[in-house]
Amino acid sequence: MTTEQDFYAAPGDTSQGRVFTVTGQDWDSITQSIGESADERVVVNMGPQHPSTHGVLRLILELEGETVTEARCGIGYLHTGIEKNMEFRSWVQGVTFCTRMDYLSPFFNEATYVLGVERLLDIEDDVPEKAQVMRVLLMELNRISSHLVAIATGGMEIGALTVMTIGFRERELVLDLFELITGLRMNHAFIRPGGVAQDLPPGALDEIRDFVALMKKRLPEYAALCNANPIFKGRLEGVGHLDLAGCMALGLTGPVLRSTGYAWDLRKTQPYCGYEDYDFEVQTWDTADSYGRFRIRLNEMWESLKIVEQCAERLAGLEGAPVMVADKKIAWPSQLAIGSDGMGNSLDHIRHIMGESMEALIHHFKLVTEGFRVPAGQAYVPVESPRGELGAHVVSDGGTRPFRAHFRDPSFTNLQATSVMSEGGMVADVIVAIASIDPVMGGVDR
Amino acid sequence: MSDDTTDDKTDANESARPVEERNLEKAKAETGAGSGVAQPAPEQSPENVPAPTGEVRAVGARHGMFGVSGTGDTSGYGGLVSATVFPAPSQKPYGGWFDEVAGALEARLEATELTSAIESVVVHRGEITFHVRREDLPFVAQMLRDDEALRFEFCSGVSGVHYPEDTGRELHAVYHLTSMTHNRRIRLEVTAPDSDPHLPSLVSIYPTLDWHERETYDMFGLIFDGHPALTRVLMPDDWPGHPQRKDYPLGGIPVEYKGGSIPPPDQRRSYN
Repeated sequence: MTTEQDFYAAPGDTSQGRVFTVTGQDWDSITQSIGESADERVVVNMGPQHPSTHGVLRLILELEGETVTEARCGIGYLHTGIEKNMEFRSWVQGVTFCTRMDYLSPFFNEATYVLGVERLLDIEDDVPEKAQVMRVLLMELNRISSHLVAIATGGMEIGALTVMTIGFRERELVLDLFELITGLRMNHAFIRPGGVAQDLPPGALDEIRDFVALMKKRLPEYAALCNANPIFKGRLEGVGHLDLAGCMALGLTGPVLRSTGYAWDLRKTQPYCGYEDYDFEVQTWDTADSYGRFRIRLNEMWESLKIVEQCAERLAGLEGAPVMVADKKIAWPSQLAIGSDGMGNSLDHIRHIMGESMEALIHHFKLVTEGFRVPAGQAYVPVESPRGELGAHVVSDGGTRPFRAHFRDPSFTNLQATSVMSEGGMVADVIVAIASIDPVMGGVDR
Repeated sequence: MSDDTTDDKTDANESARPVEERNLEKAKAETGAGSGVAQPAPEQSPENVPAPTGEVRAVGARHGMFGVSGTGDTSGYGGLVSATVFPAPSQKPYGGWFDEVAGALEARLEATELTSAIESVVVHRGEITFHVRREDLPFVAQMLRDDEALRFEFCSGVSGVHYPEDTGRELHAVYHLTSMTHNRRIRLEVTAPDSDPHLPSLVSIYPTLDWHERETYDMFGLIFDGHPALTRVLMPDDWPGHPQRKDYPLGGIPVEYKGGSIPPPDQRRSYN
């Protein structure tokens, strides 16, 4: 490796010193070149393509030896303009966009947006019970799958590859359930203004119960593998420390806030979707470090399983109940059905609009192409996503499209704590600290 | 309103009682002996309380019946014009704990002779919005955070909204504040004209706003004076324009499929 090969910045282009491009397998030549200079200060650009940065996150670290003196984040590599795009689609189509933001917790993105739209429509109390229970069910399953990925990738980043493989193995079981219920593993667009898109398919409750039973066997394995593991504890304990005052100032929520011992969980403090009817505990830890956050995630999966069980129980008694508001001006006109050529509008509905009722056809056409109008105003209904407070600021000007939809994503906010958590520590601990925040770059950059 | 001062004295139980009951009591207190009211006040039973009024501003207009133009519609409905009006400012009492917060805030502002810092208060769909004059924003935010009765110690961030037809107040910045102490949520709204897109930065009060203000600057061109390093955060540093503004096109190219050509989303026929 020579400095001349770098086409981005030749040595003469920077006022900060020499530039080295590290590609791996070239450590000897790097140390030789660095060894000639007396300056210990090195600025390392880590990412945006790096397996340990949790997606396309770029870190700019100033090192002195192995100690980090300054840490900065560079984000925006996954910015897709989802918020702007939503302004050009109908209110229902907006769900299809926002579900793709934080791709590990799609149901939470959908839920906060839909709750905001429902508040503006003033139909919060009209959403059927079954739809609310199904939302809670899907969100809690999603919390499990998201926490599993957090633990899996966090383990991988410190070299615990078994944690990763078993984490992704269990997550796939949750995604199978999602596929059964919504038709898709990710990006479901299933929670819609007024309810959910579809009723539960036959046999779903049995699958859910089997999954819960299996997870109750598998979750203790994580505890046995990690909780008292000396290497695991050695890497996580005391790393990425952030106390309550720091969390409040920097706006951190979710497991990071709860690891300081403060039991702030929107499901309990400001319930939505009927969370007040479920029996579960808010999990806290008192160490305010990465290890505490890991334990909180593990414990929260148990609590989510408890909620999923209660949902399954309630859903068993709600067979045949509606999953969409009764207001035909808002509810999607047709139910989907499986035909010989795949999923589509049910044949009964097609027969009705094409052969029986001109008004039904007009209604279907108007609602599908034009969509419904939402009264002018603004709403913000946050939900407790696996990463913290996720909220959609939804503004309507009375039209058929969102005038503005802004998502307050917890990953975006929590990532600001990178500097505070890692400056003064070792460079290897930066990775652990960021993994304990569990940022999802799709949500950060939107 | 003449009952501003009574709001401070409301106790915790007050919010649990129905609004109508409190209205009645306030009305009784106003008409009571020794209060100095010369002529009898009109009956203030819940049925007689006038509907909330306030100055409404049109922030845009919608033309035609279906939002479609250029269709050769000869029905005459295409000539319809309807104003886009956001919920009007509310009158007291706002109901529930809203009055406690508004009263406490007002009392503190009066003590510092900044009574005009709050331009209006909108209560809509169970959420309260304080429209704050932009030069007083840091003062109001500081008070909201630190005052014992308010304690909005958590800020969820700032969200920009661009109203190109709201002349003189085109750019809005919306802050969502949470009081974890009292478990309450309020919204602050501040405006700036396109010709002078400056707002005071709140990073010194809520450090979490660092990236949020950078994002709002990036997307709307709102300049937060006093921000430690106001640079773009999502778009590349050399990007021209501010993408979330309404005058910034969505972009896109026509897509051809099986002989047909589908225009990009912002050029398709729409019904807004």
